[in-house]
Amino acid sequence: MTNKPVLMQGNEACVEGAIVAGMRFYAGYPITPSTEIAEIAAERLPKVGGKFIQMEDEIASMGAVIGASLAGLKSMTATSGPGFSLKQENIGYACLTEVPCVIVDVQRGGPSTGLPTLPAQGDVMQARWGTHGDHPIIVLSPSYVREVFDMTVRAFNLSEKYRTPVILLMDEVIGHMREKVILPDPSTVEVINRKKPDLSKITKYNPYEDVDGDGIPPMVNFGEGFPYHVTGLIHDVYGAPSTNPEVTFKLISRLMKKIENNIDDIIDYEKLYTEDAETVVISFGSTARSVTRAVKILRNDNVKIGALRLKTIWPFPKTAINELPDSVKNIIVAEMNYGQLIETIEATSKGKFNIFGLNKFNGELISPDEVIDKVREVLNNA
Amino acid sequence: MRKSLEKYYRTERLPHIWCPGCGHGIVTGAVIRAIDNLNIDQNKICIVSGIGCSSRAPGYLNFNTLHTTHGRALAFATGIKLANPELKVIVLTGDGDCTAIGGNHFIHSARRNIDITTIIFNNNIYGMTSGQYSPMTPKGAFATTAPYGNIDRNFDLCKLAQAAGATYVARGTVYHVPQLIKMIEKAITHKGFSVVEAATICPTYFGRKNKVGSPVKMMEILRDNTITIKAAEKMSKEELEGKIVMGEFYEETAPEYTEEYMKIIKNAQGVE
Repeated sequence: MTNKPVLMQGNEACVEGAIVAGMRFYAGYPITPSTEIAEIAAERLPKVGGKFIQMEDEIASMGAVIGASLAGLKSMTATSGPGFSLKQENIGYACLTEVPCVIVDVQRGGPSTGLPTLPAQGDVMQARWGTHGDHPIIVLSPSYVREVFDMTVRAFNLSEKYRTPVILLMDEVIGHMREKVILPDPSTVEVINRKKPDLSKITKYNPYEDVDGDGIPPMVNFGEGFPYHVTGLIHDVYGAPSTNPEVTFKLISRLMKKIENNIDDIIDYEKLYTEDAETVVISFGSTARSVTRAVKILRNDNVKIGALRLKTIWPFPKTAINELPDSVKNIIVAEMNYGQLIETIEATSKGKFNIFGLNKFNGELISPDEVIDKVREVLNNA
Repeated sequence: MRKSLEKYYRTERLPHIWCPGCGHGIVTGAVIRAIDNLNIDQNKICIVSGIGCSSRAPGYLNFNTLHTTHGRALAFATGIKLANPELKVIVLTGDGDCTAIGGNHFIHSARRNIDITTIIFNNNIYGMTSGQYSPMTPKGAFATTAPYGNIDRNFDLCKLAQAAGATYVARGTVYHVPQLIKMIEKAITHKGFSVVEAATICPTYFGRKNKVGSPVKMMEILRDNTITIKAAEKMSKEELEGKIVMGEFYEETAPEYTEEYMKIIKNAQGVE
């Protein structure tokens, strides 16, 4: 069965994707430009037997999401910059306690209250290092409304598979823009659920024991008959708090490695005309739309240019940079911020390319013309 | 400990971290005895805490236990309860955890009347961080951050809970254990947001800083300063100064949050 095309907003596609992925709990707090996600979740969730709650603040929303996930429901919250900052402590809690959950950040201009109704991509580094301490994180960034649907499903799948919070890093353009989309039949969408032990066979359950050797302990939900302890303190395989250096080393190493060892499964990117390119424009989120347009126009002018669109931002897809052909001399990193991801790209490139930033942080999106101008400027100065 | 109560403890995690003379073990013991008296399936109980001395209690208890971030126990507990209303959710929290950093979650959980039981271990001080004043530290008392005496006015937690919408509110003490157990039993049985403030003692930080004396002396003071609600009714404001009023302050039957939400689900599914 093929669905009919519909006109849909990014924020709406996010909820649709989440429900298909199995989301049955949403806790949130109103904040522009993410609020539609909460509104639509409030309307849609009870229809599928799910629960919605508007909490008293952003911190509480994140706490409720973790609690609900431990009780067995796939859970999500959505916010924007200021709220994302408030959620960070509990996001770290979810990282350490390995509770699957999805956090949507529909980015707006910052810092502080900033530009509530205008787009930005200034939370790239907060998404990576917003919470304190060494921790793994997965961050995905969609560029199209249909992709918001797919990536929300993927965010839930990765979260459940690796028992870790996943951040869907949208921006105001993607959140509010309406596009024609054809959603897939839900039965054709791959849905991954958290790995569980066979409850009928086990007699005891050590919640943080890596029994399968893949770094991901099977998860029992609260109330399923195997009471266990969850703490934000460093803990041993039994969940008991510990300050033992060996226990600490093992836990943090396992948390980092369960992501590092599966990087090929997690990273995702898209290349356009990079095979013979001399200049490559790297972008993500809504900026990638302008970049794609600009690169196609320039190709028609016989400029040897290509584009690299990062769909996974963290863990950073180093392969995407390392496998660029030897023809590439220049890299332009286009992002709606003062220059954030460019530093990681510079570090990854190790001086192999001339790297330029195309940055805009005035609340306006980067237009195709601005990309074209930047490319010409780089080529003229070469 | 009574042998029959051992199943409620993770005995391999003992001894606990609390100081000699601390009252927290008494509150924890009262919670366990209340659960035992009610004969509730351990698998169906979820105990949630925040950060602080009292919040370490769940780690020693053999239930589904969750030691969360500072002040946020009720937020996590709300998610658990709404996700699976079959679970009995009990929050163990301290005066700082509940009324300072967690104050917002406390009043809003009360307002929703969600079926969660909150037991506040009130020792009038931040013990874990070694003796700073909390919103429950009496005016005039000393703390490491109030070296010249505390000028903050303290909350009356039971009044706060009732005003915010809690539907069962009681205060007990670690001196009056049988009464405390009964209150906790009633709170757990009560459908809705129930609050039991347990006045307890911190000899190490509150006691030393305020030159109160030994743990025994502090227990005696607790005994001598505690009065019933009935006795309090006849006393003037001045006479009530420094007294702990013990008893059940409020009980009401009101719509419970998760039950109300189940109606929304039925309604939404019927319409579709």
